This record gives sequence, C-alpha cells and structure tokens, in this order.
Amino acid sequence: MTGISGAAGTRGIHDVGGLDFGAIDRSEHPLTTFERRVDALMMLMIGPSGVFRADALRRAIESYNEADYVNLTYYEKWVRALRILLVEQGVLSDEQIDARIAALRENCEGVQP
Amino acid sequence: MHDDDQGHTHGDPDPHAPSPDDAPPASEWEFLEKALSALLAECGVIEEADIQRMMNFTESRNPALGAKVVARAWTDSGFRDRLLCDARKSLREEMGIDVGTIAEIAAVENSDKLHHVVVCTLCSCYPRTLLGQPPAWYKSREYRSRIVREPRKVLKEFGTVLPSDVSIRVLDSTADLRYLVIPNRPGGTEDWPAHRLEALVSRDSMIGTALASDQNDK
Repeated sequence: MTGISGAAGTRGIHDVGGLDFGAIDRSEHPLTTFERRVDALMMLMIGPSGVFRADALRRAIESYNEADYVNLTYYEKWVRALRILLVEQGVLSDEQIDARIAALRENCEGVQP
Repeated sequence: MHDDDQGHTHGDPDPHAPSPDDAPPASEWEFLEKALSALLAECGVIEEADIQRMMNFTESRNPALGAKVVARAWTDSGFRDRLLCDARKSLREEMGIDVGTIAEIAAVENSDKLHHVVVCTLCSCYPRTLLGQPPAWYKSREYRSRIVREPRKVLKEFGTVLPSDVSIRVLDSTADLRYLVIPNRPGGTEDWPAHRLEALVSRDSMIGTALASDQNDK
C-alpha cells in the first residue's frame, strides 16, 4: 500500500504504475450475467450512439475514494459509473433511479428466500 | 495454485458459477443494473435487444481471432508489414475484422532480442474488439503496479523466463492506443498449417506474459 497516501501524495488512486501491490491473483472465472450486462451497457453508452465517452468512464472511476476503488469489484465500479454519468448527462435523474430500485426491491421480496 | 472445478466438494456452491438469467438481483449493484436497463429502455435510449446484441458481439471477439491474425503474420510477410504499419486498416481490409470503437490499435513484433508486454497502468485498456475482454489479473492493481517496475520478475511468475540478453519493452496502453503483441514463432513450425500455428498462440502470448507454445493452457 505504499505511495498512495504517503510522500507521493499527488498520485490519483488509479495511478499505480511502479508501485508494488504484491502477488498477482491469476485465477479466472466466466463472467456472471450481471457482469456481462454491465459490460454491454457500458459499451453501448461509450459507443458511437452512446451518451458519453470512455474518458468519462475513467474520470468517474478515478473519483471514487480509496475504499470503494479497492473494495468494489470491477463491474460494480462500472455500474456505479454508469449511474453517475447518465445523471450527469441528464439522461436519467437520481430520483428516477432510486424510485425504480425501490420498486424492484419491493417486487423481489416475494421471491427471495 | 489454481484449483480445478473438480476441487469443489458437494454442497459447496461453486463461486465461479454464473448466476442464472432469471435470478433475482442479489446486491445493490445488481438492482442498479436492472433499474438502469429498464429506465434506458423506457426513455428510448437503448432496448433490451441492444444489450443482447452487444453481449453477443463481445463474445464473438476472443483470443482465437487474434491467433488467426498472428498465424497470418507469421506466414505472410507482406501482411505482417502492413499490420505493423497500420493494424486497423490491415485487420479490416485483409482479415475482415473491424476493431470498431477502439481509437487506435498497434501491433508490435517480438524477436530473439526484444520482448513486448502490455499493461494499462491507469485502468484496463485492452484490444477488446479483437481479443475479447481482458483477464481479471490484467485489470488488477497488482499486475498494473508491478509489471512496469519489475517485468522480468512478473513474467517469471507467469512461467515465462526470458534469457538475460532479451530486452523487455513494457507498453502502457491508453483509451486511445491499445496493443497486440505478435509473439515469436516457435522453431520447427515452418511447415505447419494455419490451424496448428493458431493453436500455439494463446491470449497471454498476445499480451506478452507468455510465449507462443504448444504447452498452452489458456
């Protein structure tokens, strides 16, 4: 964890080149449905007929605090960035998104164990 | 170090199993994905069919496609030269592969004296419209931080030991420039047909963490 908040404090959380975060976990797993859907949504949103560019995705993710940057999974970071950028671009509103999540949760209560 | 699926005991949920399509959302992030997909459809921004189409497109891009490109470069020096000069154009015109939204893609060639390995230190940029999605380790802070500082050591951890007289060039990708490594063609393959050559070219050999080999496990 050297270098992020130490003397080289000007580094962004994402700027890890040359540091040492230890052993590389090379295990792999097939992407889950959630991960594949977030991936597809992002590709559509940064594509030619999308509403923002890949640079905006990077900026959104680089704005996360260290705990979120480290602890959220790759696609959790992406779906959170989707929300931030869709709201920022005025495509959706926070109120709309929160209301829809609440409705989905209510619908799901009957089927959850 | 990497357990096979057979290692799981009965009753142990397989942590690597994809969730079924009709599973209810399990985390706040899965709820968020469902909410965004539904709202974007209602606004007419994208439809569910667009998501399915994009998922299918992404799955159609995979290391086997890159292996065809490498095997062609090994056997057709004119194609190799054009690929090294303008990868996007030669992929489109000579291989029928449109790398799409990637701003620029560059092919780099390994030799007996120079080995290339690719990283994206700042995020996860990768030639995904050619090779598919990057492996998880490529996106990890561990790989991103260390490969630029101690590439020879990291390559050794990947099982790739290079002679000391081979220089290593680490290429740091950006959103606007991504790389395809053309690995060294193994000796003794001069008469091999394309399909046998392609089988030598793993995903990792096109990232540069492996060599082209008949010992591929990926």
